[in-house]
Amino acid sequence: MPPGGVARSAPPHRPTHRAGTNSPTTIRPLTVQQTLEQIRADALQRLQTAADREAVQALNVQFLGRKGVLTQFLRQISALPPPDRPAAGQAANRLKTELEEALAGRLAAIEAGQRADEDRIDITLPGRPAPAGCLHPLTQISVEICEIFERMGFDIAEGPEVETDYYNFEALNIPKDHPARDMQDTFYVSDNIVLRTQTSPTQPRVMERQQPPVRIIAPGKVYRCDSDLTHTPMFHQVEGLLVDTDVSFGDLKGVLTEFVHQIFGPRTPLRFRPSFFPFTEPSAEVDIGCTICRGAGCRVCSNTGWLEILGSGMVHPAVFEKVGYDTDRYSGFAFGMGIERIAMLKYGIDDLRRFFENDLRFLRQF
Amino acid sequence: MKVSWSWLTRYVDVDLTPAQVAEALTLVGLEVASVTDRYGFLETVRVGRIVQVGPHPRADRLKCCQVDIGDRTLTVVCGAPNAAAGCLAPCALPGTEMPGGRPLRAEAVRGVTSEGMLCSAFELGLGADASGLMILDDRLPVGTPLHRALDLSDPVLEIELTPNRPDCLSILGIAREVAAICGKALVAPPVPALPEGDDIHRETSVEILAPDHCPRYTARLLFEVTVGPSPDWLQDRLRSVDLKPINNVVDVTNFVMMELGQPLHAFDFDRLRGRRIVVRTAAEGEPFVTLDQKQRRLTADTLMICDAEGPVGIGGVMGGLDSEIQPTTTRVLLESACFDPVSIRKTAKRFNLATDAAYRFERGVDPHGTLNALDRAAALIQEVAGGRLVPGHIDVHPRPAPRTVIALDVHRANRHLGTDLTAGRMKTLLEEIGFQVSNRDATRIEVQVPSFRVDVSRGEDITEEIARRHGYEKIATTHPSLPAAGRRPATAFALRQHLRVRMAGLGFAEVITYSFVHRQSSDRLRLAPDDPRRCEVAVRNPLSEDQAVMRTSLLPGLLETASRNISMGNRHLKLFEVGNIFVATGGGAERLPEETQMLAALWTGQRQDEHWAQDRQERQAPCDFFDLKGALEALLDRLGVEGIRFTALPAAQCDCTRPGHSAWINVDEDRLGLIGEVHPDTRIAYDLKQPAFVFELNLPLLASRMTTGRQSRPIPRFPAIARDLTLIVDASVESARLAEAIQAADEPLVESVTLFDQYIGDPIPRGRKSVSFRITYRSDQGTLADEQINPLHQKITERLLAGFGAALPT
Repeated sequence: MPPGGVARSAPPHRPTHRAGTNSPTTIRPLTVQQTLEQIRADALQRLQTAADREAVQALNVQFLGRKGVLTQFLRQISALPPPDRPAAGQAANRLKTELEEALAGRLAAIEAGQRADEDRIDITLPGRPAPAGCLHPLTQISVEICEIFERMGFDIAEGPEVETDYYNFEALNIPKDHPARDMQDTFYVSDNIVLRTQTSPTQPRVMERQQPPVRIIAPGKVYRCDSDLTHTPMFHQVEGLLVDTDVSFGDLKGVLTEFVHQIFGPRTPLRFRPSFFPFTEPSAEVDIGCTICRGAGCRVCSNTGWLEILGSGMVHPAVFEKVGYDTDRYSGFAFGMGIERIAMLKYGIDDLRRFFENDLRFLRQF
Repeated sequence: MKVSWSWLTRYVDVDLTPAQVAEALTLVGLEVASVTDRYGFLETVRVGRIVQVGPHPRADRLKCCQVDIGDRTLTVVCGAPNAAAGCLAPCALPGTEMPGGRPLRAEAVRGVTSEGMLCSAFELGLGADASGLMILDDRLPVGTPLHRALDLSDPVLEIELTPNRPDCLSILGIAREVAAICGKALVAPPVPALPEGDDIHRETSVEILAPDHCPRYTARLLFEVTVGPSPDWLQDRLRSVDLKPINNVVDVTNFVMMELGQPLHAFDFDRLRGRRIVVRTAAEGEPFVTLDQKQRRLTADTLMICDAEGPVGIGGVMGGLDSEIQPTTTRVLLESACFDPVSIRKTAKRFNLATDAAYRFERGVDPHGTLNALDRAAALIQEVAGGRLVPGHIDVHPRPAPRTVIALDVHRANRHLGTDLTAGRMKTLLEEIGFQVSNRDATRIEVQVPSFRVDVSRGEDITEEIARRHGYEKIATTHPSLPAAGRRPATAFALRQHLRVRMAGLGFAEVITYSFVHRQSSDRLRLAPDDPRRCEVAVRNPLSEDQAVMRTSLLPGLLETASRNISMGNRHLKLFEVGNIFVATGGGAERLPEETQMLAALWTGQRQDEHWAQDRQERQAPCDFFDLKGALEALLDRLGVEGIRFTALPAAQCDCTRPGHSAWINVDEDRLGLIGEVHPDTRIAYDLKQPAFVFELNLPLLASRMTTGRQSRPIPRFPAIARDLTLIVDASVESARLAEAIQAADEPLVESVTLFDQYIGDPIPRGRKSVSFRITYRSDQGTLADEQINPLHQKITERLLAGFGAALPT
């Protein structure tokens, strides 16, 4: 406390008069009681603002010291009429004890506060690293896609990655030497064994085992012998199949619209565009409004404002015939999508090859 | 498929813009990838005025021209004889994409830098005249881009056709769809009546010996033709779709192929030995030189067009060099034929000949359009090359294609699509694209498929046409009923996801590596010759040696990933992968391999991430075997796998892991996997310069060992007593055996045994080690007293002392 801190206040022992300007006749000296109460109030209030040990000691001197306010009051007791003296003395001593305790208490609090100030950690230091691994972005997207369809009532199904030509092509209405095989560059193990080029062979495999209703979603790795900026020889797809009585193209639109809205957001524009897949008819590509330019046209969407994300269609009767389903009774739809493409759009990844380089600095971002 | 607007609009009167047509085509299934103006490159070709023509300092034939291009004057080196001061000519600026060439650059021509290029009409693809500069009308504004000055514009639609639409591999085919979109009539090109008669049969003959490969062959003869450059309009048509003009006869065949979709071939009749055509399959190994001047060895199923003595063309794919049209050719045999798509496709693939003709034939050409195309071409050749048509035509047609008629149930089609279209509406939609439809009543229509729609053969094909024409966007969105019952649990999928989440929780980063690995991977892993993991599935057509065989272990992928990361500066790695391995089964390459889902992990570098609160020793502490083992144990424990035993691998059985630092992970008789430090030789093979630790687990086996449901145990009510036991044993004694021996006593009061210290070194004698266990005793009946525990602890101690040659510390 600055030295002036004490000097600034008016001497509390001097009886103050209520300055009733309109009524000078009411001026009366204060009673003993009132004087002590004033000293008390003044001392406690000053004590509250005393911020350190020095300030408290100064108050001690000011009130309780040899020339202190209270000490001087005690000396003046002899000037009172004798009958009043004992009571005044007792009251003054009570106040003395109270102030001594208050000063000690305040001192203790100040000292405790100072100790607390010293006992402090730098809470801005980094925390000790806890083990924190990460899931590959393709895993995360694949699981997200599967979960959306599982919530809609689809079950997970899986098939082998090394597949027979029959399931990969023939059972899907793609005979040998059909131009549709050009749509996919195939890795061959032998004349009749291939690395599956799509997750679609899961369709006939499931249908051979199970009568309708069929509602499956089949994620997995697929392979095509193509490697450049926009192709890797291995990539991931998710296949879906729904077969039941009375399934229509409108149902296909409904399920896939729901899916797109769940994964890309409910306001994502989408369109169904006629296309061709040998194992569906009618077939449809599903485009979503470009997530980069919002339809204005950019490099990613080749200035069309649309991005192709899904292939789909009503299951071709030739596929049903191969697995022995009654085409008069059952109908269904199938769809497939590339997981990398969806991951690239969702995470803003511009280079497909990042997924398989597995650079930790990339993986840790997801 | 490129379609120029100028050509397209010859057949249909379009009232939409090119962009609108592109959008509409895309929405009927003919995806337009781009619309670009073929004259767009003229933006940087300016109308230039030659201000001054001076000599080139170092070349007599070249001139240095000062060319005013409006905003500035350029120095242009030019060799054209007609370059004269005052005249206007196109001046291409650097960066211009010249037709069929590279972007123009400012280059020094014999020491003088040419800041542009004065062009001929030919150089700009605007005409056949290559003799000199394209002299422009004097009134054109200097400096204006040429396409604006000459009002040149021709949008080109690039259409990505699906393989089922060969009918649209022609301008007319696209025009048919456009006409249907616009509601306009299709104007097919005129084909005049040509002279008929028997004359042609006196001149030549066609014989088909392979009718399955060639169901139809038609031909006409033209004499006294004059081979030369095509007229401008024809050259321009071809250029508009990126075809190169060659000569008038060949240009007509290409023009008609583009116009109608029927590939044609013109032979020099006088070079056909015996003046006749024989269509047959080749003899195995027969030699033949194709038009691209390559000598090829034919195979027995290759369809050949032959003359009396030998092959003159690979049917439907490419003609032969010997019989091609020459400048001197006067007599032409024009072929228009039908070939079997599969046969053409096999041949084109085998010889890697991706010609325009093969592309169309392998997808299917209109079997009833053969003659029409022949006549169209014959008439055009007469028009552009003169000559005389020999009356009559040849049409050998051993396998006439049937006309397809399909009955369609209107209700069923509607139910399939989720629509409510009337029979009348369906009829209209189909007739607009060339189908003929008769509807007897409201429930059934009968559809005659046009012969050019070779892709349409059953009811669903018709349904698709209806849906496509109606518009997918108009089909209402509905939701199938999906009952909640009958769901199947996805155990394997769920387990893998569960493992991934756990591994991530243990601090490992998931990687996904290619399923194919280097052919030498098994050698790099040091696998024994009889190791089943040597039974690899080889890819017959791999992209490279390091993607040649399917992996039989996840470790090569992890090791490669670690190596690559370290080279990128990521030196501290905790990686894992979940994926399939592929082991060939007996039965060779014709049987599917066994695919097994595996989990593998790799830890290399530091134990902990660097951190301010570590002391120096901690900061540099590398991970070791027990770090990885601890992670694995935590994983297995949370999966509820009980009875795991780690069994040390005998040195002789260590392959990719280091002897003395490797263990099998067993449960009873099942070997779930392997854990160990990577063998130094394997590390070298993967260029890993720091120690690395790996484990690999068989997931189906793991799953079979997981406890399906946990049962709770009561929390102990009475306190435990812990006693420590330190033993000095031979260093070779496995601590797990000691712990097992403590528990094997089957004392109900022994609650748990924990190894809390191991020490080797002074003052323990060499070859010995000190091992300390904490044994926790507890009873569920009451608080144990020392008197109860002491004799038991003593008994256990004595058993170990006796059983393991152990000693107590002194």
